[in-house]
Order: sequence, then structure tokens, then C-alpha cells
Amino acid sequence: MTDLKAKLGLNVFKPLPTPHIKIKAGMERDSRLKAAVRACPAGLYSVSETGEFVLTIDGCLECGTCRIACGTEVLEWGYPEGGTGVQFRFG
Amino acid sequence: MEKFDVIVVGAGLAGLAAAYTLAGEGVEVVVLERGDYPGSKNVSGGRIYLNPVRDLFPGLWEEAPLERAIVREGATLMARNRSFTFHYTGSELRAEKPQSYSVLRSKFDRWFSERVEERGAMLLPKTLVSDVIRENGKITGVIAGGDELRADVVIACDGALSLIPEKAGLRAPGRAHDNAVGVKELIQLDPNLINDRFNVADGEGAAHLFVGDVTKGLFGGGFLYTNRDSVSLGLVVSIEDIAKEEAAGDIPALFESFKARPEIEPLIRGGKTVEYGAHVIPEGGYRSLCPLFGDGILVAGDSAGFALNLGFTVRGMEYAMASGYLAAKAIIQAKAAGRFDAATLSIYQKLLEESFVLKDFRTFQETPKVLSNPHLFGHYPELAGNLLRDLYTVPAGPKSPIFTTLRQHLTLSQLWTMLKDAKEVTKI
Repeated sequence: MTDLKAKLGLNVFKPLPTPHIKIKAGMERDSRLKAAVRACPAGLYSVSETGEFVLTIDGCLECGTCRIACGTEVLEWGYPEGGTGVQFRFG
Repeated sequence: MEKFDVIVVGAGLAGLAAAYTLAGEGVEVVVLERGDYPGSKNVSGGRIYLNPVRDLFPGLWEEAPLERAIVREGATLMARNRSFTFHYTGSELRAEKPQSYSVLRSKFDRWFSERVEERGAMLLPKTLVSDVIRENGKITGVIAGGDELRADVVIACDGALSLIPEKAGLRAPGRAHDNAVGVKELIQLDPNLINDRFNVADGEGAAHLFVGDVTKGLFGGGFLYTNRDSVSLGLVVSIEDIAKEEAAGDIPALFESFKARPEIEPLIRGGKTVEYGAHVIPEGGYRSLCPLFGDGILVAGDSAGFALNLGFTVRGMEYAMASGYLAAKAIIQAKAAGRFDAATLSIYQKLLEESFVLKDFRTFQETPKVLSNPHLFGHYPELAGNLLRDLYTVPAGPKSPIFTTLRQHLTLSQLWTMLKDAKEVTKI
């Protein structure tokens, strides 16, 4: 996990004014979110001690995998504002 | 409120190809890009095949910042503890005009966008399109950075998630079954080390695909492309499979095990990872294409689903460029007719049907299903690996006859399975 954090630290990120992806209110325990825990390339989804799914947006690669894996019924999904978020130098 | 002839959403290859072609014909076009610069939100494996698109953009390629001409192809069947590799090279790969190059899209797209601006197109970076404007069922513009921008036609080139066509009511959200997730590390490596390790000369490169245990039996595979002074090492996995199969672990861990494989580690030894990217990849082929046109809107590139995995070749960039080019051609015809309704814009579909784009997608419409056979990702790599192990092993005692070894692995039921799978393969 720390390795992954270090790897994400190599990327150029510009601060996000607000989170562009959110777990919808009331959906924190929805089992569809389990897919994102395994599929998110940045490992940003986890399960809390109380059994709720948690999303930490910092480091998001804006790849779209969670939107496809979990669906828009459980996620409020958008791209961040123009000129913010990850900026790939190589792509 | 500003009004343009054409608004292009997304400055990737499809959007830039469309704008390049439109601006060349004097059409007033604006390209909206959410990143700091074109390419800054793009992640790709990193390989473009030029033959299908070379003539669509004459004069573009000589100065283009491509990485290395691919002169060596390779594939590895990865079993758990062994692997079987083949390499291919041929004089046609070293032709004066090579068929394929490795490419880094943040560099290439940025350069391409400068050529597009030189032709008179307007490029607005750092501009997120949040919605389309729909009036009487027709798309008449977009909302970008809170402002309304209007145009006769909007070309959606917004990438694999295809949010603009979704907002325009052309499609439903993408499904896990039709999409994969690709992750990639960009690993800097001395160019001379690359030449030596991959058996290539300056300017020449290698491409290698890996299938089998690298995805723990799930649909997908690994790739390695050599760039000028780096390698692109990546892994692609079906989103449906990774969501379903808990035993496979998570994507970051799968990628780390791939990197640590004895077949991979020596190739990247001493290299320095400088970027880690990921992106959704359309894998559904012909059957999961987005509707390509509507009233006031066309869809091109990944947004339309124009990516094709043919096992040995994995393609997308040339479909993106050609579809952007043809969208521009369709709009030029629609402009001459003075109409931008769906019926008039359907010329785009016709142009795609006549081109290699939809011809390829039709030809290979069964391929995604055939290539999703789980045997390809577990059974066959293990079979090939075990057979070769027994052929190469010299035991302390007497060795079995070769034919006995063959018979041990290639049993009747095994051959029957292979025959059934081979029957499917006739469809690709």
C-alpha cells in the first residue's frame, strides 16, 4: 500500500477544489462498491471498521474504472474541473 | 454567447484529427480540453499503426514526436512458474515507412494540437465540458466551465467513458462486460540498455504482449513497449472479471506481481519509474459501439468504442484518428447541404462503413467473445509450460521417451478440448 502511495506520488497532481467522485448518500454499504476496492488502480476505495465503503479521492487517476465497475446508482461520478487533478507528462 | 461551426469535446487523437481536418477546410472549430494541455489526461499502451492513417494526414508524420519504430514483435504465454516466448521480426517491419511506432501520448497529442492551432483551429485547454445543450431534441452546444457555447455540430471525442454521448441521450453508461482497466508504469531506462536488452538499434523498438498467469486467469494481459529512453510496462484486466473473482486480488497487486516476474524484472532492472497511469479501455468490439450520430452530434474515437483487441495486435489510435477525420469530412458535406440533423449527419456512418474502421469492426465482431475464452489465460499457458518443462528437463535417472512425454500432456480429452476451442478460433 505504501508502495502504491509512493508510485502515485510520482505523478503530477493539481489540487482538486472538490471531490469529483462521491459515494452517494445512503449507498456506503452497497455491495456493488466492493468491485472498486479490487479494481481501482490507485487503491482509493477501502472498507472501514464499521463496514462502510470509503473513497479517498487524493491520487485519483481519473481512469473511470469505478464508474464502470460499480455503476452510477452508487457513485456520483464526474471529471474534476478543467486544469485540476492528474496531469500526465508521458501518458 | 459564442457560436462556432463545430465544437470538438476532447483534444485526444480523434478530436485533434477532426479539428485538423476541419480547420484545413476553413471551418471554424473550437477544441475543448479539460487537461492543462492536450495529452495531459491521456493514458495509452503506447503504440500506433500508421499504415491505415498515413495518407489521411499527409505531411504530418515526418516531424511527429514518435518514439521507436517497432521492428520486433513478441508474445509470452505465462504459466505460474514458467513461460513460453516467441519473437517475430521481418523485413517489412524495417521498411522505409515502418508500420508501427511506440508513442507517448502526452508528448504526441500536445505536438499535434500545435499543428491543429497552426491551421486556425481554436484550442481551449483547462476547460471541462459538463453537459450538452439540447433544444427541441437537437444538440446545439455544450456547457463548458459554466459558459454556454453553441455550434452547428458537436463532435464527442471525450474518451472511453463516453459521458458526452450519454448526456446527449445516445447511450447508457458503459458496462463492466465491455470494458477493461489498463494500468501502466513509465520506466525510464538508458537508450543503450534498451537497444541491448531488446536487441534493437537506435530508433528501433520492440513490442511484447504477455498472457496467462499475469492476470491470474482473468481476461487481459500485459504489454511492454520500448520508447526512446523508457519502456511502457502495463497490464490490462477485464473489469467484469476483476469485480467477480476475489481470488485474483486487486489491480495494483496484480501489476506488482507482473513486474516482479523473472521474465520482466531483468528487462526493467535499473530503470526508474516516473509515472503511473490508468485508464478504462473499450473491449466490446462491434456489438458495443455507441450510436455514431444524432441531431447535431457525432461520436468518434474511444467515445464511440473504437478500440479493437485482436490478440496479436491491440488497436485504437488509428481508429480514433480515422474516425475524427471522417467526422470532419461528414460535417463538411453537411455544411454544404446547410443541414445538421441526424439524417444528414448519417453520412458519417456511411463513410465509416466504407473505410477500414467499420470494416474491421465487422470482420472482428466475434473476436472479443472468442478471446474471452478462459482457457487462454490459464489452461493453455500451463499446458505449454508443463510440456516444455518435461521436454527440457534432464532427470537424475533415466528420461522418458519424448513421445511418452507428449502423450502425457496431450491426452485425448486434452486434444478434444483443443479441437473445440480451435473451432471457435475459426470465427476470428
